[in-house]
Amino acid sequence: MFRISHEPLDPAALQRTLADAHAGACVTFEGWVRDHNDGQPVLALDYEAYAPLAEKEGARILAEARERFAIRGAVCVHRVGALKIGELAVWVGVAAAHRGAAFDACRYLIDETKARVPIWKKEHYADGATVWINCATRGDFAHTIKS
Amino acid sequence: MITVTIQYFAILREQRGLAHETLATPAATAAALYEELRARYGFSLPRDRVRAAVDENFVAWDTPLRDGQTVVFIPPVAGG
Repeated sequence: MFRISHEPLDPAALQRTLADAHAGACVTFEGWVRDHNDGQPVLALDYEAYAPLAEKEGARILAEARERFAIRGAVCVHRVGALKIGELAVWVGVAAAHRGAAFDACRYLIDETKARVPIWKKEHYADGATVWINCATRGDFAHTIKS
Repeated sequence: MITVTIQYFAILREQRGLAHETLATPAATAAALYEELRARYGFSLPRDRVRAAVDENFVAWDTPLRDGQTVVFIPPVAGG
């Protein structure tokens, strides 16, 4: 299940959805809002998503993970909205019979999500500047442009 | 001319100044529509940094547009 959430994520509740007597391993990943990026202090982040396509592409990624890795279940939930330093932005969990597949699938899910899913991140810096990550164009100074 | 609905996100929403609009366009493809809007509103991102989606599916840039479709231009993603 791949979901966009407007509410704070509940890792314990999400992990409980993976409970499975046939699974010997559960691997989870948490993406937290970090206080720096590219040497710049970050005050806060805004995440935004094109939810219908994000959930569709996320479902595709989960289906790919099920094909490639021997897993029993997988969940990925990504928060949208204004987040503070330390908040949980994304949660990925995988249950599998064995830990190798669980680790590999979890890595695959977060890596593919970051590469493909239509979610965008705007960073707020101490000097008041903001940047849409990955959207700088030639001639911009990334830490000074206002979006 | 066809009439399409466009949804804007992130940097494109800020540069267009709107979250969505419905407009008539002579553009025959997703690429032509992006170029039309880019020229009119001064979008900073060239087309090779953006992807197109029509009716909630990623599409190739040369995909013909049809009346009533919803088009979204996808700036470089940054989830996670």
